[in-house]
Formats: sequence, structure tokens, C-alpha cells
Amino acid sequence: MIGVVSYAVFFTTVAAILAIAVLGLNLQWGNTGLFNGGVVAFFGAGAYGTLMLGGAPQADHLGGFNIVYPLALVGGMLIAGLLAWIVGILTLRLRHDYLAIATFGIAVTFENIMRNAESFSGGAKGIRGFERPLREWIGDGFAYNLLFLGFVLLLLILVYSFLQHLVRSPFGRLLRAIREDEDAAMSLGKTPSRVRLTAFITGSVIMGLSGGLYATFYAFISPQDVLPTLTFQIWAMLIVGGAGNGRGAVMGTFLVWGAWTASGWVLSRFAPIDVQLYTGSIQYVLIGAVIVGMLLWRPQGLFPERLVISQSAKSA
Amino acid sequence: MIQNLADGILVGSVLSLGAIGLTMVMHMLRFANFSHAELLSIGAYSALVFDAVYSAIFPFMAAKIGPLSMTWALALSMVFAIAITACSALLIDKLVFRRVRELGSELSMVFAAFGVALIIRNVIGLFFGLGTHLYSKDIVFAVVVSRDPLLLIKPDQVFTLVAALAIMIVLHFVLSRTTLGYALRAVAENPDLAQVNGIRLSHMIALVWLVGGALAAIAGVFYGLTNQISPIIGRDLVLPIFAATIVGGIGSIYGAVAGGFIVGIAANVSLIVLPSGYIPSVPFIIILVVLLIRPNGLFGEARA
Repeated sequence: MIGVVSYAVFFTTVAAILAIAVLGLNLQWGNTGLFNGGVVAFFGAGAYGTLMLGGAPQADHLGGFNIVYPLALVGGMLIAGLLAWIVGILTLRLRHDYLAIATFGIAVTFENIMRNAESFSGGAKGIRGFERPLREWIGDGFAYNLLFLGFVLLLLILVYSFLQHLVRSPFGRLLRAIREDEDAAMSLGKTPSRVRLTAFITGSVIMGLSGGLYATFYAFISPQDVLPTLTFQIWAMLIVGGAGNGRGAVMGTFLVWGAWTASGWVLSRFAPIDVQLYTGSIQYVLIGAVIVGMLLWRPQGLFPERLVISQSAKSA
Repeated sequence: MIQNLADGILVGSVLSLGAIGLTMVMHMLRFANFSHAELLSIGAYSALVFDAVYSAIFPFMAAKIGPLSMTWALALSMVFAIAITACSALLIDKLVFRRVRELGSELSMVFAAFGVALIIRNVIGLFFGLGTHLYSKDIVFAVVVSRDPLLLIKPDQVFTLVAALAIMIVLHFVLSRTTLGYALRAVAENPDLAQVNGIRLSHMIALVWLVGGALAAIAGVFYGLTNQISPIIGRDLVLPIFAATIVGGIGSIYGAVAGGFIVGIAANVSLIVLPSGYIPSVPFIIILVVLLIRPNGLFGEARA
């Protein structure tokens, strides 16, 4: 019984961490129409940033500044935001293909550099030996995991309500206006490229938070955690849930992460040994099929965005 | 240095062939097709299958052509690989891209492209295994062209380059001298106006997929001939091919040719200063530099 409960805590923690990243993507894609092909770069920047800033000094790579945890987490988020700024400032004025390609490129490059720059990021071995915050008082056991889950859920709720608030604010209206008709928004004196840049950076900072929490949870990060697969999973979560609304994004995360974990378990439990080598391939085909299938048969997702009708239209 | 340059030109010819098809699709359908590089895989693997079949049925075809490691069987297989890849490109459009387009969610096309890429890549892995294959297990020795500076070139590489250049020249004449070429360019420039003049849009889109698929198949076989064939060809080539289209300017066929060579040469020349592990990052650096100094590429025009 305790095994089931502790697994449920573990599963919910990871799903809630991923849900934060999906909410960040929802701001970019769902609310603003910006395609991010490199979610994992911003997630990874937050993860590596948090561990490097908050970790204990280590001989073989950079980092270990021993910064107090909340500041380290914020530092990771800022690094993710900086990456987003670099990509955004160069591509958001151009046609949308450029953002897609550049974000995809930055994810490939990020993983490539983290894997190779041993003296900087620990290379393929990754960064380990991170002292999880408050561990001295609570210890390593179930209580810590439960408390950490509470912390992650709290942040998920904070991010969720921040985004709900943002989307309902004048800024959110502006985002939707630009997504639906850029020329019309420009005729009202708005600057779409600047608004898009703000939304892109905000979304990426949220992904950085998710990455920082992920790295804290495992107290370890390596290039293996920042493979393109994660980007595809996060998209599938958003597309399944329904782009444009936070509720759908969170529901989609739990559904897809549950399906992913379950399919991995079924394959490892029931598939013959010689098929198990191909577990990864089978799961990729499934996730590709989920993305394509949703786009073809239910592009609005399982929990579609409720269209907002403005005041004037209602009274008319 | 000379060796790196020569290798870069040879890799560049493969990238150019891939980039021509990609830039045409991106220009006409206005989406970043992340599944284009998987067409190279389809081409390389279909040639592998047909090569084995022909060599088994007609043993005399397993003879090599001159100094190349390419056999007559592989040469014939290429024709079939081209046909299969071109038809696959058309089929993927019919099954997925056209339907997503018709649903009116043009921005979602890029998601669909990633989904398609994931499916193709991993289905290939499931069928052919995750390991690498070679068209020929015989070792082809490089010819020493000069000793100082040292320059080694394989006959296969020279053949690949010459063939790629010949195909590009043929394509140039088709685009600039035939009615079909005019129609194709007209649709890319202004789809509405082209349709008013009696050009069938759906036919032109099909044509673009067929041409793109055919060129991708050739590029895939050439890549397999000079490297190895593995399910991750698409993953490894997608970014360099995109870099080539951006360097050239999206929509410019001549730009794609130039871009392919520039990216190929840059990646190989940077081996002089960079450890080889960092080479996958080079295309991204090139993209950043181009976006900084000439956002629409060498031959591209600004277009929303």
C-alpha cells in the first residue's frame, strides 16, 4: 500500500513539474501562436542554472556557487529567459518559420554543448551532488517527497493563476488580437513583435522554473534529460489538452504523462525481451501518432478554449 | 585545411539537394517542414532494399561501376528509391498535411510535420533495426590527390558531387525554360494570380512534393554511399538542411544550393578549431549569424 502511495506522490510530482512547462508553452503557442520547437532548451537552462548556482563547489566543472535555493531557482529562470531573449529578438520580426527553426536549433545546440563541455557542465556525466533544500531538517524519506510535492503544487497553482490573470488582462486581449489578426492589431498602434517577445520570454521563464524544479527533484541533471523527446512530450500534452486554456494544459499533462508511463510499463512487463530494445521506438511512434491524430481529428483538444466574447459584441 | 574544404564541398552537395526540396515546400506551403529530412532516410533505405533484391536476382549486377563502390544494382535501385520517396512525399501530404491545411490551422502544420517525422524515423528503426547499414561492405580506398597539402578523395565522393551538380543544372533549365517551371514559380510567387491564369494549384503542390521527394531520395542515397545508413539520418540532417535554406533565403532554389555548400564547408572547416563533438552546433551558429546580418538570407526576399 505504501508503495502505491509513494508511487502516486512520485508520479504527481513529475506530472505537476511538467504541467508548469506545458503552461509556459500554452502562453507561447495557445495564447500567442508562437511555435517553440526547443522547449527542452529553456527547461534545461533552468535545470542546469539552478544546480550550478545552488550546488556545492565541484572541482571538475563550473558552478557550485552555493547560492540559497530560492535565488538559485530564480537564477535558473533568468538564464532561460536570457536564452529566449536571444532567440526571440532575432526571429520574432521575421515570418514564423524562422522562430520554429531557431528554437529547434537552440535545443540541439544546448544539448550538444552540455554533452561536450565537460569543464563547464560536467559533460555526459551531468551534474550531481546537489544538496536538496531543507534536507537536514526533514530527511530523505517519504515526508520530504510529500513536502516537495506540496511545494511543486503550490508553484503550479501560482503559475496557473498568474497566467489566468495575465490572459484576462489587457495584455492577454492584446495577445489574442495579435494571434487572430496581426494587421488589425497594428492598425490600433500596437507593436506585435514586442508583445510577442514579451510573451515568448515569459513562457520560457516558466519553462525554466519547471526545469529547475525537475533538477531539484532528482538532484541531478545530465544531457540525457534534455533530449528532444521531452519537447515532443510537452507538445503532445498541450495538444491533447487543448491549446489556449490552462485547464486543458494541466489535464493534458496528466493524461499524456500517465499514458506515457503506462505504455512504458506495459512494454517492459509484457513485451518479449527482443522487442524491449525497441520500447523507445514504439513509444515515439505512439507520441507522433497522438500529435498527428489530434491535429487531424480533434485540433481543439479534449478541453477546448472557451472563446471570449468581448463586452461590445455582447451588447450589440 | 584543403582536405576540410574538399570534404565540406562534398557534404554540401548532399545538403543542397535536400535543401532545394525543402525550400520549395516552405515557399509554397508556408510551413517549416521538419519531416523533410526523413524523406532522405526513406530514399536511402528503399535503395538498400532494392539493391539487395537486384543483387540477389541478377548476380552480374552486383559488379561495381568503375572505381566506385556503387554497383549497377544500386544505380537501378536509385530509380526505384526516387519513385518510392516521391510517392511517399505525396502520400504524406494527402494523408496529413493537406487535411491539416484544409482544417484551416496553418500554424499547426509544423506540429504535424514533427509528428510525421517521429513516426517515419521510428517505424524505419523498427523495420530495419537501430544499427547502421552500408550499401557495400568493401572498403573503398581514397585516392591521394596531393601529398602536400594532404588531400584524399574517394571516387564515390567525386561521383556524388558531379551527379548532384548535374541534377541542379537540369533543375535550373526546367525551372527557367519550361512552361511547367514558369507555372511552378508563378504559384510560389502569387498563388491567387497563378490560379486566375489557369494553373491548377493542387497539381503544382503535388509537383513540388514529387520533385522534393525525388531530390531527397537522391541526397539520401548519396549520403548513404559516402557515410552510413541509419534511422537517425533524418535527425542528424534536419538542422543542417534548414540552415542551408535560411542561408540561401527561404524560397530561393539557387539560395538553397549555395546554402548547402556554405553549411557543408563551414561545418567541415570548423573542425580545424572545434572538437568534433561540437559539429552538430555549427548549423545553429550559422543560422544566428545569418539572422543577425542578413535575416532574409542571401537570395531571399522579405515576406510575412
